[in-house]
Amino acid sequence: MEWLETFWATYSTLVLSIGTNVLLALSIYLTLVCGLLTVANAAFMGIGAYTAAMLSLHSAVPFHLSLLLGAVLPAAVALLLGPPTLRLSGVYLAMATLAFGEIVRIFLLNVEGLTGGALGLNGIPQHTQWFDVALAVIAALYMLLRFAGSQIGRTLTAICQDETATEVMGVNVRGYKLFAFVAGAALAGLAGGLNAHFTFFISPNEYGFDRGVEILAMGVLGGTGSPWGAVIGGVLITLLPELLRGLGNYRPLINGVILIVIILYSPKGVWDLSRYLHRRAAVN
Amino acid sequence: MLQLSSVAKNFGGLQVLQDISLTVPERGIFGLIGPNGAGKTTLFNLVTGLLEPTRGSIEFLGQRLTGLAPHRVTRCGIARTFQNIRIFKEMTLAENVLVAMGRQDGPSPIRVLLPSASWRMAQQRERAAATVLLAKVGLADKATTLAGKLSYGEQRRLEIARALATAPKLLLLDEPAAGMNSAEKQQLMDEIVKLEAGGLSIWIIEHDMRFVMGLCQQIAVLNFGQLIAQGTPGQIRTNPEVVEAYLGEENPNENVPGQNWS
Repeated sequence: MEWLETFWATYSTLVLSIGTNVLLALSIYLTLVCGLLTVANAAFMGIGAYTAAMLSLHSAVPFHLSLLLGAVLPAAVALLLGPPTLRLSGVYLAMATLAFGEIVRIFLLNVEGLTGGALGLNGIPQHTQWFDVALAVIAALYMLLRFAGSQIGRTLTAICQDETATEVMGVNVRGYKLFAFVAGAALAGLAGGLNAHFTFFISPNEYGFDRGVEILAMGVLGGTGSPWGAVIGGVLITLLPELLRGLGNYRPLINGVILIVIILYSPKGVWDLSRYLHRRAAVN
Repeated sequence: MLQLSSVAKNFGGLQVLQDISLTVPERGIFGLIGPNGAGKTTLFNLVTGLLEPTRGSIEFLGQRLTGLAPHRVTRCGIARTFQNIRIFKEMTLAENVLVAMGRQDGPSPIRVLLPSASWRMAQQRERAAATVLLAKVGLADKATTLAGKLSYGEQRRLEIARALATAPKLLLLDEPAAGMNSAEKQQLMDEIVKLEAGGLSIWIIEHDMRFVMGLCQQIAVLNFGQLIAQGTPGQIRTNPEVVEAYLGEENPNENVPGQNWS
């Protein structure tokens, strides 16, 4: 078992990051699947991370409870933010959520007394165990797979395809969108809380625009055909930079090229590609 | 059943509908005809809550619909199809119907997460219910086909099945026969008659005169946003204003030889 210990000592952060990134990918999947282009998930992750981390640093709240609160608070924020912003669609929604993300980042940066400002929060206890992450991923995946195969998933897909028609079928479209938005925020917050408790240190810039785009990339790359797509997207976006480590300075370049090629050949995401191959195999 | 009182709709300075008052009777098939751009679809959009009337009120079974969100109107018992087919093309026929059926089954996020046995049973129940509805429009054997792969006529019938899935009391059909060949039209007519016999009230917008005259007991005629006539097919056919709206005014000075072609 010695090799395992060596492996874990070297790669534990990477493995745990895969887990939290999959959670983030699932969080963006929820909104992408009903056609909402939001980039607020990085901010929700940040709210969750700061909430959980501050509770661990300054209070005696048990770790799992602080994780839970780290999911509840972003969900509550989403519940307030959703009704006005979800009236928008397409790029306009993206812009509004982008602005919200910046507000959160700047807020975290300036409330120095609480958040440590630009210096961030240091010395967060490393409470996150691999089974915490594994359990969170399995639970989230189970939930979303169930949703996908049920009336809820069908309705979200229908909203994506034709909002007006769905509404006229007696579906409370705004309610469903808000549900997806809030659930996505909770998942992102959970990912943030878990992540903060194994990285030791967090700062506002981790939850800015870059992270928002990265999360979106996971969702789009994986595709909205199934929650499994989001899982693939999350894993791929996390591993790709590591696999390309040998390329040195060219790493981000090649990374970008690979993503572009994948999207070009499978615009509906990797998941759709796998289904396509499967169908071809079935025909032959 | 459905009562429109002095309904008007303006788009900016454009008066699309002016002072429309009409009653769609309970049971039976009611027709709405009129030249292109007369405002027929706008009227449907007002009834279903997609647009709000500028003036006037709409009541359904004694309940005021004006100001209700579209999904609430549907829940009152009004379903519709669209002139430019709006099915969910990348979903199967069964899924299309199930989306519309959702409300009766009341999906709660909690129930969806329950263990497998009840989950599987619920899924089977859904499939069975979808098949029953698809059978009503003769599409039961294609339940697992993607809706986008259907022929034009089949897509229109799927839209009807989807509307029926909301368990309506009144069904609004916006040009259901458009783009159909005569065999398909005949089949559709039979299906509509069957639906009416099953206790449904139906309101049809249609351009095909033989279709409308053959089906409807009552017909209203809209021209330039105004109701110009209402009556039985016989009365409508001989109403001079209606003939004028469709064929244009006869010009007594214009004496073209051999003009009695009509």
